[in-house]
Amino acid sequence: MIELGKYAGAVLGAYGLSLALLGGLIWQTLAANARARRDLERQEKHG
Amino acid sequence: MSIWEYANPVKFMRTSGAILPWVVAGAAVCTVTGLTWGFLTPEDYRQGSTVKIVFLHVPAAMMAINIWVMMLVASLIWLIRRHHVSALAAKAAAPIGAVMTVIGLITGAVWGQPMWGTWWEWDPRLTSFLILLLFYIGYMALWSAVEDPDSAADLTGVLCLVGSVFALLSRYAVFFWNQGLHQGASLSVQSGERMSAVYRYPLYLTMLGFGLLFLSLLLIRTRTEIRKRRLAALQAREMRT
Repeated sequence: MIELGKYAGAVLGAYGLSLALLGGLIWQTLAANARARRDLERQEKHG
Repeated sequence: MSIWEYANPVKFMRTSGAILPWVVAGAAVCTVTGLTWGFLTPEDYRQGSTVKIVFLHVPAAMMAINIWVMMLVASLIWLIRRHHVSALAAKAAAPIGAVMTVIGLITGAVWGQPMWGTWWEWDPRLTSFLILLLFYIGYMALWSAVEDPDSAADLTGVLCLVGSVFALLSRYAVFFWNQGLHQGASLSVQSGERMSAVYRYPLYLTMLGFGLLFLSLLLIRTRTEIRKRRLAALQAREMRT
């Protein structure tokens, strides 16, 4: 078990917030890319 | 072969599609390994376990500034040579830079509270970094506000030039502005000033990981922008016929 001592809150808070932000950015990037690809394919098929 | 060939969207899509899996794999391996390695490093004798925040704070802050510099180069290419892919790449990079800036500010505040006794200080580097975040937000807002994509690229390109002053200031402020709490460069080539190897190597790996993560996200987001541009062109053509 990793001992973070009296600064455990600060370290875990920094890692938690940062990873949540990076995860959100990655998810938004992939979701927007999938949507754009789907919309373009639909337009090229029917257009 | 010339680098300007990649200004052709078809060529860009083909090449970026081929290299993307390798860049994503490299980003995942370096970031996960670097952050895990960094998290497992021993406590510093002065900073205790808060030293582990360096593995997020330094790569994020480095990327926040470098992404703006990349946007500046892409904007200049657009303004001078009118290559659409470069304007779309600058647009695609902005949200990534904004998130990196927020991570730099949050981790800095969380680290600063136990070490400096304050979450925030109107220190030259911190202040110029906050202004850089405002420029990122303004840049994205301007892209959304202007309907014509070429006019939006022109205006955001000019905004990028102005914001570069703050990007450079946030990097070099500590060298010529002597008041403030923030330390100088975290990494030095001078052996006497070097960070211990225990922290330095995982930090190098995390910096490489964040660089590759940016490249992965940039390629995906630029591809998204190219697809959206193509979709808009097809819809406009359909409306005319």
